Amino acid sequence: MSNTDSPPNSEAPSRAAAATLEFREATKLYPGQSDPAVDKLSLEVPSGHICVLVGPSGCGKTTAMRMVNRMIDITDGDILLDGGSIRDRKPAELRREIGYAIQQIGLFPHLSIADNIATVPKLLGWDKGRIATRVDELLELVSLDPDETRDRYPAQLSGGQRQRVGVARALAVDPPLMLMDEPFGAIDPINRERLQNEFLRLQKEIRKTIVFVTHDIDEAIKMGDKIAILQKGGKLAQYAPPAELLMHPANEFVEEFVGADRSLKRLALQRVRDIDLWTAAQVREGEPVAEARRKIEDSDIEIALLVDDDGRPQGWLADAALGGERVERKLRSAADPIVELDDILRDALADLLMSDTRYGPVVDDAGRVAGVLSIDVIGNFLHDAPTEARSGAELVEEEV
Amino acid sequence: MTFEPLLAQLETRDRSGAGCVAENGFCPDWIADNYERYVDPFVQHIYLTIIPVAIGFAIAFGLALLAHRRQWLVGPVIGITGALYTIPSVAFFFLLQPLTGLGNTTAIVALVCYTLLIIFRNVITGLRAVPDEAKDAARGMGLTDRQMLWRVELPLALPEILAGLRIATTTTVGLAALAFLAGAGGLGAELDQDPFFKSNVAVAGGLAILLAALLDVIILGFQRIATPWQRAGI
Repeated sequence: MSNTDSPPNSEAPSRAAAATLEFREATKLYPGQSDPAVDKLSLEVPSGHICVLVGPSGCGKTTAMRMVNRMIDITDGDILLDGGSIRDRKPAELRREIGYAIQQIGLFPHLSIADNIATVPKLLGWDKGRIATRVDELLELVSLDPDETRDRYPAQLSGGQRQRVGVARALAVDPPLMLMDEPFGAIDPINRERLQNEFLRLQKEIRKTIVFVTHDIDEAIKMGDKIAILQKGGKLAQYAPPAELLMHPANEFVEEFVGADRSLKRLALQRVRDIDLWTAAQVREGEPVAEARRKIEDSDIEIALLVDDDGRPQGWLADAALGGERVERKLRSAADPIVELDDILRDALADLLMSDTRYGPVVDDAGRVAGVLSIDVIGNFLHDAPTEARSGAELVEEEV
Repeated sequence: MTFEPLLAQLETRDRSGAGCVAENGFCPDWIADNYERYVDPFVQHIYLTIIPVAIGFAIAFGLALLAHRRQWLVGPVIGITGALYTIPSVAFFFLLQPLTGLGNTTAIVALVCYTLLIIFRNVITGLRAVPDEAKDAARGMGLTDRQMLWRVELPLALPEILAGLRIATTTTVGLAALAFLAGAGGLGAELDQDPFFKSNVAVAGGLAILLAALLDVIILGFQRIATPWQRAGI
């Protein structure tokens, strides 16, 4: 096949790394239907951000995504890619500049993994050497071993591996915009979580502008820098960062859609280090009791935490430990659960709920006590809404 | 349009010999002495197979590509090629004679007609079986309809297309054995000349079977080479 229909400047994929995208009252009305599938959708996606389109089935989220690369043509309004209307672009050319990954992946069964990934580079007429280099680079980027993977066929890979190849293929020409339609939808929960985390880490590196479609609000909260919640009839109900969506749902529909547990979901967006912890009296064995009692006075809770010489928690002191001159090693309970500063708040809360004590010593990287977490602390946190809540993407980025 | 010339041939067939040959038996010695007489009919039979299958494939494949983008064509094409397929072959050879006379043309026209339904239907079936998600991904990545057809749809339909080609080829080898009725010769002519002589029937019939098997293996071999992904099991 010739490549005569590819643009002459297709040689250079090193365009701006990420595009801006703007929906301007974009509407899709199918012929013969009275109600639009997508109704005057207006939203802006800044460059390098993940915009998640989420909503119940039939809300038009996939339609909205497919309007961007003209898989579905808008009937009214406009969509601007880097300021230019997509209406002025030839569909095939436009699509080659936009990464495309779908739930069913759609790898070509008759092509090797390398050839699958090379689909768009070949359309753009890249030379063989450049394609081979790029394929290996991409396989490594999605954590697959190039030597083991490139010559295999899709049927020889696991679902998770195929999904990675799908993402690699979508990234092949370093597109400034990626469209992803439930890309992790067909993966089992454990692998999905891994792929999500991997993808967020990858995104930190590549900083693409991404339109991400899902029906799963938890995935939306985790993946999105901003979330667009659509309701039936393709109407935008709210467009906001995850934390804001959870704290201030714009209407009843959003409130219901994000779920009655939205406060718990907020906990998933925070780490223990983000909230004000209680202080606890840190007492060493053999320390004068008077000193220990003074420490307890100054702390937020009435019981003391026995720590070793390095400040690591040993357990909660029993009253009997303070009976004599010096602190004795008499514990009322073990220092359990021990929470780390980097733990996600939701997980820490789960640990607290599972344990007998109401308090969890919080330790820093060195294992030294940094404070105490309790269910009350978390409760207070949820009431005093923080001004700066973060997105799931930022959380994962910090782990790197 | 009678059997007269054929009966005449039967009578004039010259076969001398004693014992086994006289008794119409299966005679290895006679076969060894007379195999050259089968060379030309065998070559003619190959010709009567490959040419109609090639022409039939070109026509049916072209029709299938047309009908692939205009699905309303599928019904009428299957109707017409199906009707052709049901015409008894003996009748077909005689029916065509006023139009195309005796000889290869008549035989080839008839044989082509019999391949159309099988090949057309298999190409259509193969193209329809291409996974929707592969097509969606192809479109989403910016393949034009034409690129999608040649790079995605046809390669994935290839096993089905070649399956059709194999059936058409085997069928044509069999039907070509009747092409002598249209005056086109082939192994059928040899069978017809001496149908009671076991040696003759064994050689002429055996060569036809051999040809069918050989062509089948060739196509199958091509399929294996052309579709390596099919053998890449998990």
